[in-house]
Amino acid sequence: MASTIKYKPAGNLSWLVSTIYIVFLMLPIYWLINMSFKENSEITGTFSLWPQNPTFRNYMVIFTDPSWYNGYINSIIYVVLNTIISVLAALPAAYAFSRYRFLGDKHLFFWLLTNRMAPPAVFALPFFQLYSAFGLIDTHIAVALAHCLFNVPLAVWILEGFMSGVPKEIDETAYIDGYSFPRFFVKIFMPLVASGIGVAAFFCFMFSWVELLLARTLTTTAAKPISAIMTRTVSASGMDWGVLAAAGVLTIVPGALVIYFVRNYIAKGFALGRV
Amino acid sequence: MEKTWNNKAWFLVLPVLLLVAFSAVIPLMTVVNYSVQDTFGNNEFFWAGTDWFTEILKSARFWEALQRNLLFSFIILALEIPLGIFIALNMPKKGIGVPICLVLMALPLLIPWNVVGTIWQVFGRVDIGLLGHTLEALGVDYNYVRDPIDAWITVIVMDVWHWTSLVVLLCYAGLVSIPDAYYQAAKIDGASRWSVFRYIQLPKMKRVLLIAVLLRFMDSFMIYTEPFVVTGGGPGNSTTFLSIDLVKTAVGQFDLGPAAAMSIVYFLIILLLSWIFYTVMTSSDADT
Amino acid sequence: MSFSWMAWTLPTALFFLTILALLIGMSIWEYFAPGGSPRTGILRFETTRGDRLFISLLGAAFIHLAWLGLIGPNLWWALAIAVVYAIGVFRFV
Repeated sequence: MASTIKYKPAGNLSWLVSTIYIVFLMLPIYWLINMSFKENSEITGTFSLWPQNPTFRNYMVIFTDPSWYNGYINSIIYVVLNTIISVLAALPAAYAFSRYRFLGDKHLFFWLLTNRMAPPAVFALPFFQLYSAFGLIDTHIAVALAHCLFNVPLAVWILEGFMSGVPKEIDETAYIDGYSFPRFFVKIFMPLVASGIGVAAFFCFMFSWVELLLARTLTTTAAKPISAIMTRTVSASGMDWGVLAAAGVLTIVPGALVIYFVRNYIAKGFALGRV
Repeated sequence: MEKTWNNKAWFLVLPVLLLVAFSAVIPLMTVVNYSVQDTFGNNEFFWAGTDWFTEILKSARFWEALQRNLLFSFIILALEIPLGIFIALNMPKKGIGVPICLVLMALPLLIPWNVVGTIWQVFGRVDIGLLGHTLEALGVDYNYVRDPIDAWITVIVMDVWHWTSLVVLLCYAGLVSIPDAYYQAAKIDGASRWSVFRYIQLPKMKRVLLIAVLLRFMDSFMIYTEPFVVTGGGPGNSTTFLSIDLVKTAVGQFDLGPAAAMSIVYFLIILLLSWIFYTVMTSSDADT
Repeated sequence: MSFSWMAWTLPTALFFLTILALLIGMSIWEYFAPGGSPRTGILRFETTRGDRLFISLLGAAFIHLAWLGLIGPNLWWALAIAVVYAIGVFRFV
C-alpha cells in the first residue's frame, strides 16, 4: 500500500529536538524532586546533583501533620465538586449550542467566553464580599462555585466542539424510535460524547487544581488549599526548603496521574474540540 | 451542520446561565458600584463620581504596568509560537515515543501556578538552585532578586517552560490530522522541506495556531501567580504586571474604589481583545 | 443575608437598568423582525443587530474613558459623541 511511504520529519536529528525540549522541561522538576529527598543542611550547605543522604523526613512531615495533609484533602474536595458542577451544568447547554439556533445564542456564547478570559484578579474582591454575604467564606463549595466562573464556559466550549462532531441524524432517529429527550440524552447521546465529557472533566480538574488566587482569597483555615498552605507555612517556619519541595512534588502527582488517561485527547481539549 | 431554530433551547442553557450569573454578573455589578464610590470600611460608601477613573487614567503606574504587560505578552508570543511549531514538527509521529512525549510535555501545564513559581524561584537561586548555581560557576552575574533584566529573563524563561507545551500539543494535533496522501503527493512533486511546511503543514495548523496565539495572549495578559511568587513584582516595580498591581491595590491597600475602577478598565481591554479573538475565530470557521 | 455590601447608587442602578432596557428592546425588535438583519459593513465581516449594539456599547465605554483621560470630567459631551458613534455603527457597520 501507498501508506507505507512515510513522510520523515526533518531528517534523523528530529528526535534530538524533542529530547532537548523534554530535558529542559524536566530539569526544574528534577531539581524539586532532588531537593525533596534532601535534608535542609544539605540543601543550603553543599551543592549536590543528587541526594547524598536520601531521607523521607520531608514527606513524613507532610503525611503526619494534619495542617499539611488537610490542604490536599481540601484541594481535592473543591476540585472534584467544581468538576461535577461544571460538567453537569455544561452538558445541556453545550447540546443546545451544538444543535439549535435561538434568540441571542451567539452573544450568549461570546458572553460565556469573556468570563473565561476575565482576569481572576478582577473578581477576587467582589467574590470575597459576595460569599461573605452568603456565609460561604472558608467552605469548599465557595471555591468550587468561584472556579465555575472560568470552568463552566470552558466545559461548554469543549463539549460543544465534541458534540458538533456527532451527526444530527442520530438525534432524529432516536426521536422517531420514541425516545424522550432525557432518555435519549443519557442513554444514547452521552455515551457518544463520552471522550468529550472525559476531556472536559479533565480540563475543569486541571484549571481548578492550578488556580490559587481565588482559592486563597475565599478560604481562611477550614478549606484552605494545599498551594496556599505552602506559601504560608514556609514563610512562618523560616524557609524549610525540604518540606516546601516535598509539598510541591506532591501537588504535581495528581496531574501526572490523570494526564496519562487523556494523553490522546489533551490536544483536542486545548483546541476546544476543534482540531 | 444545519441548526434548527428553537427558542426552547434556552431552557437547556438556563443552569449555566444561573451559575455564571451568580459568579460573574453580581460581582461585576458590585465592581461598577464600587468604582464610583469611596469607602473607609463598615459598608459606608461615599459618592466619588468618576474621580477614580481619572486618577487611574492619569497615573503613570497604571500605564507602566500596561506597557510592561503588553511587552511581556509580545515577547512570550514571539518566543513560544515559533518554538512550539518547531518542536511539534520534530515530534515522533508514531511508536512508543508519542505517548511518552505527550505525557512529559503536558506535565508543566498541570502544576499549580504557585508551585511553578516556587520551582523557578528555587531553580534560579544562586545559593541552592541548579540554574543560578551553574550560571555563577560559569562566571555569569545572575541575580533575579536584584537585577530587573535578570528578573525579566527568569519570568520569561519560566513562562516558556510552563506554556510552550500548549502550543506544541495544539500544533501536533493539527499535524497528525494531515492525511498521508498529501505528503505522498508532495514527494512525487519533489517538494522541498520548506514548501511542504509552507503549503501543507502551515495551512493545516492555521486554525489551531490561531487558538494557541489567542490563548497565550490572553493568559499572559492576565498572568499573576507565577511572577508574583518568583519576584513579588520586583525588583522595584520592574515585573509588576496589571494583575499584580490590581491585587496590590485591592487586597494589599484595600482601596476598593481605585481597585474597582482599575478592574473595569482592565476588563474593558480584555473584553475588546476577546471580542476580536471571537470574531476572527468565528469568521475563520465560516471560511473552512 | 444583607446586600448592603453591593453599595448600589442611583447612577449605577440607572446604568444597569438602561443596559437591561436595551437588551429587552433588542429582543422585542428581534421578535418583530427576526433574523437580526445580518450584513457585511465597513468592517468587512458579517454583523447582526446584536453585534452592532455590542460594538456601540464597547466603543462608548472607550470613548468615555478617552474623554476622562484626555479632556475632563464632564461626560455629557462624551455621551453625545458615543450616541453619534452608535448611530454610525448601526448605519454603516
